[in-house]
Amino acid sequence: MSEPAIECCNVWKVFGPNPVAHARTLKQEPSAGSDGHVVAVRDVTLRVKRGEMLVVMGLSGSGKSTLVRCLSRLVDVTDGVIKIDGQDIGSLSERDLIALRREKMGMVFQSFGLLPHRTVLENVAFPLEMRGQSRSARIARAREVLALVGLAEREDYYPRELSGGQQQRVGIARSLAIEPDIWFLDEPFSALDPLIRREMQDEFLRLKQLSDRTIVFITHDFDEALRLADRIAIMKNGAIEQCDTPDRIVLQPATDYVARFTQGIDRARVVHAGALCTPLNGSIVEGAPVASDVTIRALSRRLVAETRALIPVADSQGHIIGSLNRTQALDLLLGEAQ
Amino acid sequence: MSDLKADASGFSQPAPTPRTGGIAIATAELSGWKVLLVLALCLAAGKILLPVGMIRPPDWMILPFAAWINAVFDFLRYDLGLLSITRTIADGIEWCLDVTGNLLYGRNRWPHLGPIPWSVLAISFAILGYALGGWKLAVLSGGTLVWIAVMGQWRWAMETLSVIVVAAPLSVLIGMVTGVTAWRWSWFERALNPLLNIAQSMPHFAYMIPVVVFIGVGPKAGAVVTIIFSVPPMIRLTLLGLRKVPEEVVEAGKMNGASQWALLTRVRLPTARSELLLGVNQVIMQCLAMVVLASFIGMPGLGQRLLQMLQALRIGPAFEIGITIVLIAITLDRLSKAWATKKPVHHESGTHWMARHRLWLVWAGFASVAWLVAQVIPYLHEVTRSQALSMAPVIDMSVNWFLTLAAPVTEAIRRFLIIWVLIPFRDAILWLPFTAILVAVAALGWALGGRRSALICLAFMIPIAMTGWWDRAMITVYTVLTAVGLAALVSLPLSVWGAGNATRARRMLLVCDTLQTFPSFIYLIPVVMLFGVSDVAVLAAVMVFAGVPLVRYTIEGLNGIEPEVLEAGQMNGTTWWQALRHIRLPLAFPTILIGFNQSAMFALFMVIIAAFIGTQDLGQEMQRALSATDVGKGLTLGFAVAFLGLMADHLLMRWSRNIHERREARS
Ligand SMILES: Nc1ncnc2c1ncn2[C@@H]1O[C@H](COP(=O)(O)OP(=O)(O)OP(=O)(O)O)[C@@H](O)[C@H]1O
Ligand SMILES: [Mg+2]
Repeated sequence: MSEPAIECCNVWKVFGPNPVAHARTLKQEPSAGSDGHVVAVRDVTLRVKRGEMLVVMGLSGSGKSTLVRCLSRLVDVTDGVIKIDGQDIGSLSERDLIALRREKMGMVFQSFGLLPHRTVLENVAFPLEMRGQSRSARIARAREVLALVGLAEREDYYPRELSGGQQQRVGIARSLAIEPDIWFLDEPFSALDPLIRREMQDEFLRLKQLSDRTIVFITHDFDEALRLADRIAIMKNGAIEQCDTPDRIVLQPATDYVARFTQGIDRARVVHAGALCTPLNGSIVEGAPVASDVTIRALSRRLVAETRALIPVADSQGHIIGSLNRTQALDLLLGEAQ
Repeated sequence: MSDLKADASGFSQPAPTPRTGGIAIATAELSGWKVLLVLALCLAAGKILLPVGMIRPPDWMILPFAAWINAVFDFLRYDLGLLSITRTIADGIEWCLDVTGNLLYGRNRWPHLGPIPWSVLAISFAILGYALGGWKLAVLSGGTLVWIAVMGQWRWAMETLSVIVVAAPLSVLIGMVTGVTAWRWSWFERALNPLLNIAQSMPHFAYMIPVVVFIGVGPKAGAVVTIIFSVPPMIRLTLLGLRKVPEEVVEAGKMNGASQWALLTRVRLPTARSELLLGVNQVIMQCLAMVVLASFIGMPGLGQRLLQMLQALRIGPAFEIGITIVLIAITLDRLSKAWATKKPVHHESGTHWMARHRLWLVWAGFASVAWLVAQVIPYLHEVTRSQALSMAPVIDMSVNWFLTLAAPVTEAIRRFLIIWVLIPFRDAILWLPFTAILVAVAALGWALGGRRSALICLAFMIPIAMTGWWDRAMITVYTVLTAVGLAALVSLPLSVWGAGNATRARRMLLVCDTLQTFPSFIYLIPVVMLFGVSDVAVLAAVMVFAGVPLVRYTIEGLNGIEPEVLEAGQMNGTTWWQALRHIRLPLAFPTILIGFNQSAMFALFMVIIAAFIGTQDLGQEMQRALSATDVGKGLTLGFAVAFLGLMADHLLMRWSRNIHERREARS
């Protein structure tokens, strides 16, 4: 299980008249002019562990969708290697690629990618059809997931007869139908209302916990990222600026850009007690510990009432792993840190 | 047809040239075309001084294209044994024709079931119409069949339909396969594109001669030529549809593990459904147009009747057949369009089987009742000649009455046109030295599209000079120019009036659309009625046929202007006339040019078809080549016509695009 589910090394994707040559020039001389090229993915190196949920964020046009397309080999990379479960997908034959997609991968598309000539039900049954399931089995399964996304009544409609949010749910249902091992979700909830969005997030979290599913998730919504992410990757102009846990993204932004990116958010809701905790180094702290995986915001009442300067922090097994500086935590809570 | 062409070629539009130095180039081009124009004028003015070889193409310039083509065809026929292959294919098609012939009009062949009683077919069509488009369509399609039966034209109409029923599906199939191949392999598309361009500019007759050579005359030849003629639009629309499939839909298919084949058959083609069905519509309409004309190569049916009646100047029956053809055209067009735009129906889950298939059951019920009743009442089975309700005598009488009434007017028009327009213009164009015309054409090309266009125009014109049919080609050109010119005189004011008000515009567009579905042959009926068999009749037919697209595009151009622009004009206090002259017409001009383009194409087609009522142009020679089954000559003439059309297409489209680009650059 040590092998990462997705591994990508120095991946480039350049659009334009002469992509390969342009990528080579850029490698030697990063400031070279564009010459009619768009560098959608720039030297990205990334590993996603099995069972991990990686959230990719970044401004519009920063290359998130293109990166995911590279990972699923919907587009061929200009340079670099991508391995899925240790297998270089760039070298797969057409047949093997189809097999890999059927066995392992699923994707929800940013603009849904529904088949306009098929009803909702047939759309959802499509991946099962491609996998050669019998008609009755796939219809039954499709009905099941349609009920899950709340579209059971619309199964005979055509995509163009649905609202944007409903279409998006069809797209989600279609990929839910196969419950793949590796899941690429490109802004899957962008058109949903807050209520359904939350329901869907819960559903995905549940599915993720059910078996160790690897998920790459693109979103513009930081709250959503926080709810779901194990790690967050922040992209700018095709390059990954930082790929880290939410705490560290907020507390130790690698670049100015990342710092600005996270500027507006309430840090206390991101940062966990564990992230602020410093090792004991022999000193002794007393009293009841706080759990390391609780956010500072959740601790706020306690922090205000607390009298100790240093509060012990315990990990999930109850071992004391360090102490939390109360003043520092309150600063963060009140928005005065750093 | 031409707007499709524009769509398709839009993909390969060259990138706009860099703006730097544009002024220098522009002045160079400006002076270039002026120099050419002056040269052309000098050549014309100094005609007496010119050697004979510069007035008409000299003998050494004329190449025996016809002989070469004949040699190629002989090689294909006899040495390669292509003849036996084509005969086999034709036999296959004939077998299908026998089946449909038996079912529709009781031809004495397998499966020996027919003919199906007309009442059964009429009911079936009505229910089909209802299923696709509701009551109106049901009345139209059922009514059409009733009319055909009651007027005693059942057999001819069914002879015509039996070919369409075979040809249209085959064309659709061939077109789709070719379209997919072209989409898949771009080299194939590159090779196919010029062929399609030429094929779509070739007059109908040019298709017929090779078919006669390979297959002979009669129904199967008619079917084959119909298939060949109607394939190109299907190819283009298949390509267009496949290209328009959103990338993300295809990606979704890929991610769900679809193989290449599954992607094509279950994702791409179904997603391109609307374009494909539009293609089906076009194929059907082209089939009808061609099948009517195929009477020239011995295809029985409505076309043949119409041809006979027109040649015998029997206006009454011709008029009735005309109405039948028009009704069939409208019905087929509306039915196929309704199929293309049909909205899906939803059944609540758990709806009973009977309810889901209600219309099928209704059809089965009505059809069997009609069948049974037809066994008892022969009239509902077949309307015999003596029972037919022909109004031909009445029509003849009223037409005669009208003609004697209108004779002074038509006679005056005819005289005026012949003496003051046609003869002087024709004589002038024939008087001009061919070199002067070539240089003038180059000048025109240069003025509209730069040096490249000048060369393209010459590349189209010089081969025409080399065929040895220069004078005939010039007569064709003059007929087309006069007809389009006269058509513009009538249709531009008409469309300005039409565009004045939204409902009126919509109605006029509907009329234009309907008129465009009529087979070209139909347009000959009223003009022969009015002007008899003469040059003026040809001119009038071409004029009407060419006027329709002109009206259509002008209205669309005038109505397509953004309201803000007009409102801005109003705020500046323009009068109606000023707004028209300075804002609306200039803005609509590129669209109007597209109308002119289509108009010129249609005019060329019509001139050739109309040849049999008397012209001395390429069309007449084409008819001779057809009756002598001279492939070489026929194809040479066909290419000459196609080149004229392609040149007009190039010039007008280039002009229209230039105006567009200049506007884009300015804003
Ligand atoms: N097929 C393509 N051809 C050319 N350029 C492309 C193509 N696909 C993407 N690009 C370019 O690559 C860049 C990254 O696009 P991408 O779709 O990955 O952005 P994104 O981060 O997903 O943006 P958004 O948040 O708006 O979805 C953009 O500048 C885009 O114009
Ligand atoms: Mg995106």
